[in-house]
Amino acid sequence: MGEEGLALEYNATELMACVASRVLEDGKSVFVGTGLPIIATMLAQRLHAPELLIVFEAGGLGPKLPTIPISVGDSRTFYKSVMAASMDYVMGMAQQGLVDYGFLGAAQIDRYGNLNTTVIGEHGSPKVRLPGSGGANDVGSLCTRTIILMRHDKLRFMNKLDFLTTPGYLTGPGAREEAGLPAGTGPHRVITQLGVMGFDEETKEMRLLSVHPGVTREQVQENTSFKLHMQGEIAVTDEPTPEELRLLREEIDPAGIVIGR
Amino acid sequence: MRVLEEGRGELYGWMHPDDARRWMMENKPRGLVDKRMNMSEAVARFTRDGDYFAMGGFGHIRFSMAGIYEMIRQGRKGLCMAAKTGVHDVDVLVASRLVDRVECAYAFGHELRGLSPAGRRRVESGQVKVVGEISNAGFQWRFKAAAMGLPWMPARVMLGTDTLRYSSSKVAEDPWTGLPITLIPACYPDFVFIHVHRCDRYGNCQIDGTTIEDVDLARAAKRLIVTTEKLIEEEEVRAHPDRTVIPHVSVDAVVEVPYGSHPGNMPGLYYSDEEHMAEWLRLSRSDEGVEEYLDRYVRGVKEFSEYIELVGGDEKMEYLRRLEHLEVPLDAPWARRG
Repeated sequence: MGEEGLALEYNATELMACVASRVLEDGKSVFVGTGLPIIATMLAQRLHAPELLIVFEAGGLGPKLPTIPISVGDSRTFYKSVMAASMDYVMGMAQQGLVDYGFLGAAQIDRYGNLNTTVIGEHGSPKVRLPGSGGANDVGSLCTRTIILMRHDKLRFMNKLDFLTTPGYLTGPGAREEAGLPAGTGPHRVITQLGVMGFDEETKEMRLLSVHPGVTREQVQENTSFKLHMQGEIAVTDEPTPEELRLLREEIDPAGIVIGR
Repeated sequence: MRVLEEGRGELYGWMHPDDARRWMMENKPRGLVDKRMNMSEAVARFTRDGDYFAMGGFGHIRFSMAGIYEMIRQGRKGLCMAAKTGVHDVDVLVASRLVDRVECAYAFGHELRGLSPAGRRRVESGQVKVVGEISNAGFQWRFKAAAMGLPWMPARVMLGTDTLRYSSSKVAEDPWTGLPITLIPACYPDFVFIHVHRCDRYGNCQIDGTTIEDVDLARAAKRLIVTTEKLIEEEEVRAHPDRTVIPHVSVDAVVEVPYGSHPGNMPGLYYSDEEHMAEWLRLSRSDEGVEEYLDRYVRGVKEFSEYIELVGGDEKMEYLRRLEHLEVPLDAPWARRG
């Protein structure tokens, strides 16, 4: 199949899946949640990271994911796995330092990568009740580096969260360690439909690393309530390759359940 | 030990370790007692109005739907649920008004299927109260502390967050490192349902696949009702003792219920019934729809086997078996577009 003949059209979800999958390294381990994280992980496993150790919170350890699980506890999460363990076991592994990456999603994020998945409005009289921490607080506390996947707009990228479910860098440099969280852990990347963010070494505040094709740095800032660090050159995110798109559409999510095609 | 912070969540299920020892000593059978009974008797004897309880499995994976339906038929009320990854279980129980309080690690969501219309409606209108927040590992380790007969378990989760502030945990200065550490209180639910693949008449249980939180949860339960896909002989247990994940000592009742996890997944046996899940998610958008569902599938039948016939019987179960074994592609009505 000649690559030049393929129209490289893709949607934001597909691009996010590709970007997230490229962050994952072979021979490392990753804690995976429902939906987009699974898609990204399956893609990584089929391309550059065949020996990525996939960890599911219900106890699935090292599966060869055959299809998208509906639940992070369903039978797909330990399909051809090396061990069907327990939540105690895998959470203990993360607390020991054996889980390198963790995926998170959120309804709200602040400049330090703190996340809200519990409630919009007051806790006692919620405007919108969300599912709560689930394993998110554990992933954000215990995994070495977390990757956050979410939609980018001003209501979500905000100055003050309604509820701090999962720790990012809390109030800034040294705050995680001061709170008692494992040293050297914290958010690593935030991947949205507009670009890729990381965190400033000194201030631990969010900084723009790349914008997706066709997006400007101004647009990213306009959709962010707090001031994003964006000094220096900002790269343009690499587009999905034909092979990445083929795997996503034909093998990983042929029904379009997550990627929505 | 210096306490640095105390969560404001209400403390449910905690017992002084000596009181818990006394409960175990007086109530848990060390000898081999035949505990087989029907669902109706198990629910009548081991669940009470106002109890604080937990469901084993993972919200819609290897969970005891049969137990949930029977509690609805018997009209249990005023329950508080330990929603340690509550999904379809907490959704149905909240929608049917059995549960009016929730201690929440995960609830009001249906994982890949989206948010739970009924669960959200009840909590956003104030009909259901969230008495505390916690994380999944936090809940697991509440049960682990109980399983070990300890008052609390130290852990490095929830630190620095509102999840901790709204939980029933405390933060103290760890005497070994000097660092803040979370002290997670032990949790002994009044009753627990766990659905397993196989067990004998005494309650020696085998589970295929991940055990999720159930090994600790079984030991933490004050009263444990085991529902099983299949009853096996004691000899089969003794031939493979390494397969026993819950021994009879923890178990109070044994109920044989084939397909007892429907419409959820039972690893190795049947995948989740997405057609039925979609019907629930559609009907549960309104209170009238919830009543329609309950009348048709729960109150309208005497027992679980009648319900299985109603949702498609052998033909549907064969399809779900093939789906589990990846022999047919997943068709999820809630994910269809256009």
